[in-house]
Amino acid sequence: MAAGPGAVTVTRPVTPTRTARFGGNGPSGSNGGGSGGDRRGGGGQDWTPDRYRIGMWAAIGSILMLFTALTSAYIVRAGLPGSNDWQPITMPPLVWVSTALIIASSFTIVASRKALARDEMTGYERWLWVTLLLGVGFIGMQLLAWRQLVGQGVYLASNPHSSFFYVMTGLHGLHILGGVLALAFMVLRVRRQRGTSAGQGIDPKRRVATDVLGIYWHFMDGLWVYLLLLLILWR
Amino acid sequence: MAEAETIHDVIQPAAAHAHAPSMAAHHHGPPTGFIRKYIFSVDHKVIGIQYLLLAMAAVLVGMLLSVLMRMNLTWPGTAWPLLEILFPIGAKGGVMTPEFYLSLVTMHGTMMVFFVLTTAPQGGFGNYFLPIQIGAEDMAFPTLNMLSFWVTFVGFVALIAAAFVEGGGPTGGWTGYPTLNAIGGKLNVPGMGSAQNLWWNGQNLWIISIAIFCVASLLGALNFITTLLNMRTRGMSLMRMPLTCWSWFTTAILALLAFPVLLAAGVLLFLDRTADTSFFVPGGLSDGTRVLTEHNGGSPILWQHLFWFFGHPEVYIAILPGMGVTSHVLSTFARKPVFGYRAMVFAMFAIGLLGFFVWGHHMFLSGMSPYTGMAFSVLTLTIGVPSAIKTFNWIGTLWGGRIRFTTPMLFAIGFVSLFVAGGVTGIVLGQTSLDLSMHDTYFVLGHFHLVMGVAAIFGMFAGTYFWFPKMFGRMMSERLGKIHFWPTFIGVYAIFIPFHIMGIVGMPRRYASFEEYEFLRVLDPVVLFVTIAVIITVAAQFLFWYNFFWSIWKGEPAGDNPWEATTLEWSTSSPPPHDNFGGRVLTVYRGPYEFAVPGAPDDYVMQTTPDAAEENQSPLVQGGSEISGNGHNGHKH
Repeated sequence: MAAGPGAVTVTRPVTPTRTARFGGNGPSGSNGGGSGGDRRGGGGQDWTPDRYRIGMWAAIGSILMLFTALTSAYIVRAGLPGSNDWQPITMPPLVWVSTALIIASSFTIVASRKALARDEMTGYERWLWVTLLLGVGFIGMQLLAWRQLVGQGVYLASNPHSSFFYVMTGLHGLHILGGVLALAFMVLRVRRQRGTSAGQGIDPKRRVATDVLGIYWHFMDGLWVYLLLLLILWR
Repeated sequence: MAEAETIHDVIQPAAAHAHAPSMAAHHHGPPTGFIRKYIFSVDHKVIGIQYLLLAMAAVLVGMLLSVLMRMNLTWPGTAWPLLEILFPIGAKGGVMTPEFYLSLVTMHGTMMVFFVLTTAPQGGFGNYFLPIQIGAEDMAFPTLNMLSFWVTFVGFVALIAAAFVEGGGPTGGWTGYPTLNAIGGKLNVPGMGSAQNLWWNGQNLWIISIAIFCVASLLGALNFITTLLNMRTRGMSLMRMPLTCWSWFTTAILALLAFPVLLAAGVLLFLDRTADTSFFVPGGLSDGTRVLTEHNGGSPILWQHLFWFFGHPEVYIAILPGMGVTSHVLSTFARKPVFGYRAMVFAMFAIGLLGFFVWGHHMFLSGMSPYTGMAFSVLTLTIGVPSAIKTFNWIGTLWGGRIRFTTPMLFAIGFVSLFVAGGVTGIVLGQTSLDLSMHDTYFVLGHFHLVMGVAAIFGMFAGTYFWFPKMFGRMMSERLGKIHFWPTFIGVYAIFIPFHIMGIVGMPRRYASFEEYEFLRVLDPVVLFVTIAVIITVAAQFLFWYNFFWSIWKGEPAGDNPWEATTLEWSTSSPPPHDNFGGRVLTVYRGPYEFAVPGAPDDYVMQTTPDAAEENQSPLVQGGSEISGNGHNGHKH
């Protein structure tokens, strides 16, 4: 957090004492000042809570609660006294492939972000493509893993463990699909921009979008690993 | 930033920073076409009004449903010819069937809790006034904002549709408890589908509607949080925000964390109903002729835990914005700073936080370890502490004020009264031993209708009368407003105090009629009294609607600041322009409730008023802060 939030400096000529006192201290004063600065141009040397990042963390908080609820339901259902219908399923082997894909995609999205930080649009675009393909591959593998399970005769309603497997992978898959759509959107934007605004520098919004999508993607990656471990270990 | 730092003006033209990258979303002119302007608008003000109109439609439906319920309870078996036209199956020959009554209960609860108590205070007023009160041009994500309204609208349509599909409206109550809810379709329970039609039935549509509503609320909450953290204008530190903003912020956090849990539970319940899973279906369940599921056991209690983990924060989602509005209005019309601003903020957060740890008190009779019950009970009673802090501070705000008894003030005082009256019975119900006999009786209905239903509605009324001039540029009729207030205020007590008595006598909730219960016959006059009170109170609400719509076109012109209030929404025109402040960026110099500042020319100092030649007069200003400084601005050393 940089010292001297926006409001202090901005308004000093008007109200030197009060503003410094009000805008610059207390648990929240610096927040207020900082965001004041953000409205006037954002980023830069001041600490400014960036709106896209805040929005993404809020979204992640709610997604986390969704899966926390499912986890608690899972744990309760697995350990329900007097119930003996819980039959752990054998993980379809393809989930390991999909897990490998999604972990790899976390690295490629970092690579694309780093390329963007170095202003290398080609590398940025390439790694974005790779991430997109890995994401699509992940969804495809998950669907094939479902096919494998069906092949074993394990369906949604077969037993609680299989129900949770389908529900959790399904809901996680939907969120990945959202990420894939966002990736596709960004790739298309790069392609379109390449024609029009070459040499004009990189839109700061793109950097933020890449950052934020990166946060989301890592979260989805971690979430998947967590779900997989839960489904395998807690049975 | 270099550019901004050199600007000394209080008011700075927006154009000066129009190229700022993070602001790109807001530098569009006002839309011109009808559809972009009024239907798919991204303007938070239009969206706020859309939410309010949606809530008004929902509250009208919900209210009429409650009248129908009262009619059936008071005169069971009577034929109402009009009903048959609307519901040829549910009310065959105009006589309400018990199942029809249950669907009335379900629709009333769902409509009111979700589409009135959740949408209007937060989606409506919050959307309209949060950005203005913090000096922003719009919400952080305007398009997302539009999306959350229209998703909510789709949820509303789904809920209305649920009442009219084949087989009748949903009958599971707004809590949607399994087991019956999970397998009702297989049992041909009315409203829950049949063996032939497991998909398109009232109960499924109910779940779909709720799930859609969850998504919409999440999008809205995300937007609120981001807006508040990121979009405050120069000088608007967190502790200078009006308490309304704090309440919307707390509510948004609660919504963000609570609705996903309901969404997860809804998905599981939907699968139980349609895909033969058994998350909530217990094992060995039989309808007398056959075993209904091959599985050996899910848990209906699991649903209750998930539901109430959402459900209890939900009641705070309903009431917290009302608390914010009440503080705001009380301070304005008592011409005094909010007593204990900082304590109010912390109390609100404490209520929100504790709200996540008390869900078990809805389930004392579902079978839980006495120790668990005790823990939930103690935590529940703890909520009394921050609630008492708030009540105490409201009274402290009123104390010694030069009170202006305007209509919004009356409703705000009414809120305090109802909150206390409904809150004290929460202390009764929060104790396991007492809840044993009160559970699922009219006592519970009396409790939560007063504290989360009517009190929250009074908060909305206070907000409507208070902010109407800002929203539409005209005053609502004070005379009609006061005529509206008294029958409403007396009416709701006349309805819900008897509920407590009925509950103590032992009248169970959700029963379609009590004809067969001899011991309840003694209550017949009370039941009739309540129904008459309901009819009068409901009739009085049409005064409000008349006043509302009449005043939009015919009310007295309001001016920018008719109430002589201090916060930023009163620093702009009524109604505010498309970008809220006409290209100005406001600077905030002080806390939100600087009324009766000694030495100030008026009895109120607006947040945007700079200290005139503050170097010379600083002792005076500081003196003012000392006197009104019971923590209300929270910035003193």
